[in-house]
Amino acid sequence: MIIEIGHYALVLALAIATILSIVPVIGARRGDQATMEIAPFGSVLLFALVAFSFAALTYAHVVSDFSVKNVWENSHSLVPLVYKYSGVWGNHEGSMMLWLLVLSLFSALVAVFGRNLPDTLKANVLAVQAWISFAFILFILLTSNPFIRLDPAPPEGRDLNPLLQDFGLAIHPPLLYLGYVGFSICFSFAVAALMEGRIDAALARWVRPWTLAAWIFLTLGIAMGSYWAYYELGWGGWWFWDPVENASFMPWLAGTALLHSALVMEKREALKIWTVLLAILTFSLSLLGTFLVRSGVLTSVHAFASDPSRGVFILCILLIFIGGALSLFAFRAPRLSAGGLFAPVSREGALVLNNLILTVACGTVLTGTLYPLLLETLTGDKISVGAPFFNMTFGLLMIPLLVAAPFGPLLAWKRGDLFGVLQRLYVAAGLAFVAALAIFYAEYGGPMLSLLGLAAGLFLVFGAAADLWHRSGLGKVDAHVAWRRLKGLPRSAFGTALAHAGLGITVLGIVAVSTFATEHIIEMKPGQTTDVGGYVVRFDGMQPATGPNYREDRGHFSIRRGGFEVADVWSAKRVYVAQQMPTTEAGIQTFGLSQLYVSLGDPTKDGGIVVRIWWKPFILCIWGGALIMAAGGVVSLSDRRLRVGAPSRKAKATKPAAPVMEAAE
Amino acid sequence: MTLKQKRLTVIVGGMSFIIAAVLLVMFAFRQSVAYFYMPVDLAKNPIPPGTRIRLGGLVEEGSIVRGEGTAVRFAVTDQSGDTVNVRYQGILPDLMREGQGVVTEGTYEAGSNLFSADTVLAKHDETYMPKEVADRLKAQGLWEESKTPSQQGEAKDQEAKGHEAKVTQ
Repeated sequence: MIIEIGHYALVLALAIATILSIVPVIGARRGDQATMEIAPFGSVLLFALVAFSFAALTYAHVVSDFSVKNVWENSHSLVPLVYKYSGVWGNHEGSMMLWLLVLSLFSALVAVFGRNLPDTLKANVLAVQAWISFAFILFILLTSNPFIRLDPAPPEGRDLNPLLQDFGLAIHPPLLYLGYVGFSICFSFAVAALMEGRIDAALARWVRPWTLAAWIFLTLGIAMGSYWAYYELGWGGWWFWDPVENASFMPWLAGTALLHSALVMEKREALKIWTVLLAILTFSLSLLGTFLVRSGVLTSVHAFASDPSRGVFILCILLIFIGGALSLFAFRAPRLSAGGLFAPVSREGALVLNNLILTVACGTVLTGTLYPLLLETLTGDKISVGAPFFNMTFGLLMIPLLVAAPFGPLLAWKRGDLFGVLQRLYVAAGLAFVAALAIFYAEYGGPMLSLLGLAAGLFLVFGAAADLWHRSGLGKVDAHVAWRRLKGLPRSAFGTALAHAGLGITVLGIVAVSTFATEHIIEMKPGQTTDVGGYVVRFDGMQPATGPNYREDRGHFSIRRGGFEVADVWSAKRVYVAQQMPTTEAGIQTFGLSQLYVSLGDPTKDGGIVVRIWWKPFILCIWGGALIMAAGGVVSLSDRRLRVGAPSRKAKATKPAAPVMEAAE
Repeated sequence: MTLKQKRLTVIVGGMSFIIAAVLLVMFAFRQSVAYFYMPVDLAKNPIPPGTRIRLGGLVEEGSIVRGEGTAVRFAVTDQSGDTVNVRYQGILPDLMREGQGVVTEGTYEAGSNLFSADTVLAKHDETYMPKEVADRLKAQGLWEESKTPSQQGEAKDQEAKGHEAKVTQ
């Protein structure tokens, strides 16, 4: 019964979304207060209905109601309770429900927290959100309905994919969706503003907190996904340039660019047209990602749905929304006035450089991801574009960004002094180089390029510190004055410093792991030892074990250093009973920021077993850096000036300024 | 600098970065893109050693030779009778099975017919094949949906369970 009510709630939500898509827009056109009032109320109601519907599906999963097809396909009575909850979104239908839930959650949040938005803008924003909700509810109901029943009900489910029976599944998809579906708000604001034909600094002030919130979640989601793949798949890799990974990475790149360009728009009323375009593009990339993942056009690690009707449906959604928004943009953009002029060397100039590099890099990722699809459609040739392509293009393009990033926050608005900034940064640069040399020496060298990579990462960290140092005037004024100044700095300054330093730490980890990691594939018999990364790993033997829904053969390894046992690691070959699906459970031991990673292979004829052992130096920096970046975002979000809803449009009349197009646009 | 010059600097700078990126992408495509072949293609048009390709097909029954230390040998066939012998150093994916689809990436060794793979992808869930392999087998008429009546319905049910494993050296 609950299932049917949940299904009904979703149908009702479709009806609400239909009303919300039309009525507030008419209200905003006519300036009719009462009609516009429907938007916030309706958005909250829509969220409540979707949430109820989602809860009904969750209930079916938790009580293992196998009469529901979705539960039968993706669950099993023996699955541990926590995975019954997370298993709700561990399949196509449930995952789309989560998408919708997050979308309607963001609409509801705008409805509740956007009290001081102008009524017409708010009505239009919520209407645009409702269009997206409408499209996706329709998609779920028509092609991916999770509420379909089976009659007669099967006695047992077909089990949740063992790879998904992990805590990673519980948090990775929700974080990721909060991120890339969160960018829908930027899209809606951009489209609503274009509909009204009014784009000014205030818009940037309203959009930026939402962008920042979505960006924080996306950063965490991608980092979480990367770590999950690293420990769960047993291949020791943390990023595969898999199309599905790219699908979430492209909105991140565009979203990062958007954060920076919105800054220029907010502070200087410049780059307005570009920022609006970027807001549209960011969410378009999210939609494209959804299409790539959900339509099954790709062969990828993430083997999901491959039903042509779904693909075509999402492709239609994609074309209508992106095409519609871009047409509106093309129609309106020439009439928008451009603002503030600035010199190439200035804070604005640095942010334009940031945007240029990020969007171009995003473009190369997009090309690499779509090219195989395009080529296959056009010529029938099947190709694979893998890590070498992305490392070469994306990797090289990122280098100028990493070098330039510490300069940005130190440059003044309008007209910067590059020489002055150099003077402030040379200490940081020198320190970074020396520290990089030290790491290089300690790890017994590698290619010269990696030395530069390490130095670039460290330069970001030290450069961020130098920024705060100079702002506080430390060394020039008394310590207590400096302290007071430091306390008086806006939180967004700390946010910037943290985020840039976090990026540096991630880069440091990536370069260190790519250069200094060692891999050993050897055949081991019980009692045998091998040296890895300065540790002695001893294979003690195998023993069988059973879990709630699996059997496994566990290998025990003891790790010694300098004659003392410092740790022991279990690594297993697991077979999940329901589908007889084998998985590899890697054994991972952390030493400081580095890890030892042990993965089991096949037994050999003479009683040994093939073992793959990696030494991954500084690998935790990769995800640690991402956490710091996200923390920077949180600090920046807590800045009073940026707090959601705090800013209000200044009462100044919008002067019909002469349309001075500026070069950077 | 006048306004015009400033504008020009920014535009020229931006354009040259974009052009550099485009050239880089084109260069990288030449360097690092691997084409997909099946044994029947390779029998017709041999690939020179050293060229990186993706080789896909079915793992020949009885061809997996394990247990010689860390090296594994197996043969890839496409049921057209042509086979390619593959050598792989490392641990095969959990889902690698004889008679099932597989995709490997690597190069031919100079002076031999041995294909040396550095990446092996296997994907399987009773009915599923790697997409490239399934498409080609269908095109060759070797694998028809009608042969397995349960396939149409089952494939839908199974899709979320598709599971790919990949190992890279």
